[in-house]
Amino acid sequence: MKTQTELSGSRLTLFPQGELDHHAAASVVGEIERSIDSALPRECVIDMSGVTFMDSSGIAVVLKAHRRMSELSGKLRLVRVPERCRRILAAAGVERLVEIETRETVHNERT
Amino acid sequence: MKERNSVKFEFLSRSANEGFARAAVAVFIAQLDPTLEELGDVKTAVSEAVTNCVVHAYPETLGKIAVRVRLFDDNSAEITVRDWGVGIADVEEARAPMYTTGGDDRSGMGFTIMESFMDKLRVKSTAGRGTTVTMRRRISVRAGVR
Repeated sequence: MKTQTELSGSRLTLFPQGELDHHAAASVVGEIERSIDSALPRECVIDMSGVTFMDSSGIAVVLKAHRRMSELSGKLRLVRVPERCRRILAAAGVERLVEIETRETVHNERT
Repeated sequence: MKERNSVKFEFLSRSANEGFARAAVAVFIAQLDPTLEELGDVKTAVSEAVTNCVVHAYPETLGKIAVRVRLFDDNSAEITVRDWGVGIADVEEARAPMYTTGGDDRSGMGFTIMESFMDKLRVKSTAGRGTTVTMRRRISVRAGVR
């Protein structure tokens, strides 16, 4: 799994691409934490539109990113989250901690 | 309910095989003509079961994982994921949401997700002997197909 990053002002946007399972999780967490630590952003946005598969391993990845951003008094937001990923995150109650936008809501905001 | 077809395969508990196992099951189940939604549910559940074997059944060693898929004439699939690892002392506790022995790398949601994405989930385990997870999912029969 590859993760591209984009820094604009105090917002860091991450674009993980591929299958987010246990096999990929450790390196994705490492990449996300390194990007956050070097950019020290106010807001971290994870664009999930490139995630083609996710299981419960993704929950821990999101929670770790959330924790890192909380330590910096910043905010984590997930955007363009595929419905299947949203269901898995919702099963663990992640939306109580992290703002989650599905593809549709983002699309509607733009039009 | 009659069995229409079945497959069995075995692999080592390397994390790279998590993707292989869910893809192999998905290809076999395609015979039941599932929707992408149904296929995604099954792939997620298989991924959870196999990941449990990789992470928990064989924590410090490599071991064997066996997957069996049976297709039945009511258009349902039964998937069995078996390991010969450390086993689970208290299955009920392990199945509870958020319960994990995997620290903050794991969410403890694996069994909960298997339960919610499949119709039935059975977990049999003996400490020191291994674990067998059996899941069943009915695939909808779509009009005009087959």
